[in-house]
Amino acid sequence: MCDLDLVGAAMYTKHLVMQSSMTDIASAPWPWYVAGPVIGLFVPALLLAGNRTFGVSSNLRHMCSALMPGRVEHFRYDWKRTGLWNLLFIAGAGLGAFLAARWGGPQPVGISEQTRLALTSLGIHDFSGLAPAELFTWSALLTLKGFVSIVLGGFLVGFGAAYAGGCTSGHAISGLADRQLPSLIAVAGFFAGGLLATHFILPLLF
Amino acid sequence: MLLTRPGATPAAHNWRMFFSESCFGITLTRSEVLSWFRIQEMFRFQSPRMYEIIASAIVVAGVSIAYIKARNVKTFSGEPITIPPKTMGRGIRYAVGGTIFGLGWALAGACPGPMFALVGNGVTVMIVAIGSALAGTWLYGVLRARLPH
Repeated sequence: MCDLDLVGAAMYTKHLVMQSSMTDIASAPWPWYVAGPVIGLFVPALLLAGNRTFGVSSNLRHMCSALMPGRVEHFRYDWKRTGLWNLLFIAGAGLGAFLAARWGGPQPVGISEQTRLALTSLGIHDFSGLAPAELFTWSALLTLKGFVSIVLGGFLVGFGAAYAGGCTSGHAISGLADRQLPSLIAVAGFFAGGLLATHFILPLLF
Repeated sequence: MLLTRPGATPAAHNWRMFFSESCFGITLTRSEVLSWFRIQEMFRFQSPRMYEIIASAIVVAGVSIAYIKARNVKTFSGEPITIPPKTMGRGIRYAVGGTIFGLGWALAGACPGPMFALVGNGVTVMIVAIGSALAGTWLYGVLRARLPH
C-alpha cells in the first residue's frame, strides 16, 4: 500500500516535471546548451538544403540591390537568383520571432545583478523588455542617446558588416566553424569595437 | 529547412525555407541573443551565457562541417557541398570592418539577424536601425573601390 502510494506520487511528480518542461520549451528562455547547438545546426541544415552558407548580412546587400542599385557595381547582380532564399530566410526570422513573442509574452531578460547595477548607474531603469525603453522606442529616437543607438548603431552595423564581408552569423559562427583565418580577424575586430563602444562611448552618451 | 526534399520546385523550395526558417526567429528570441541587455552583459564579461551560446554553436557547426567534408555529404538534391573560402587579401577589411561592425553591435545591441527578429518581437523602431544598416551597406558599395581591403 505504502509502496503504491510512493509510486503514484513519483509518477505524478514526473508528470508535473514533464508538463512544465514542455511549456518551458515553448515559452521560457532556453538554456545555453540548447540555444547554442540549435544555432549551430543552422549551418549544416542550410548546406544540406542547397549549399547555402549561413550568413544574415548578405541580405542587406540583396536589399540594396533590389531597392536602389543605382550605378554601384557592388549592387548590380541578379539578386533574385542569388538572394531571394536569403530574404525569405530573414522574413521568416521576423515571423518566427513574432510567434515566439506571442507564445512567450513579454518577459524581462534575466541578466546578472552586476549588469543591472552597471546599467542602472548609466540611467537605464526599464528592464522589462528585450531592449531598454529609454533607448529603443519611437519617442527615444529623437533623443541623442536613442538616435546614436538606433541610427548610428544600425549604420555602423551595416557598413562594418559589408566591409568585413560578414557579421556574427557569417564570420563568428560559419567562418570560425570552418576554421577561416579571415573570420578570426573579423571576430577579434567585432570584440574590439564592442568593448570600445561599451566602455568608452556609452558612458559619454549618458 | 529539413522539409526541403529533392525535386522540389524553386518556389516550393523557397516557401519551405521561409516556413522552416521562422525557426531561426524563434531561436533568436528564445536564446535571448537579440537582447540589448544580453549584449551589454557579454561586453562587460558579467555572465558566461553569450560566450557559452556562441562557443557551443561554433562547436556544433564545426563538427557538422568536418563530417560533411570527410564523408563528402551531398545536398538533398544531390549536389556536392562547397563552402567558398574567404579571401585573405591584406586582411584590412576584416580588422577595420570588423571593428566598425563591433562598435555598431554594442550601440544597437543587435546584429543584422536580431534586428529583423526584434521587429517581429514588437520593437518596431528597429525598422529604423535596419534602414540605417541599409544606408551603411549602400555607402560601402559606393566607396568600395577606394577602401583598402
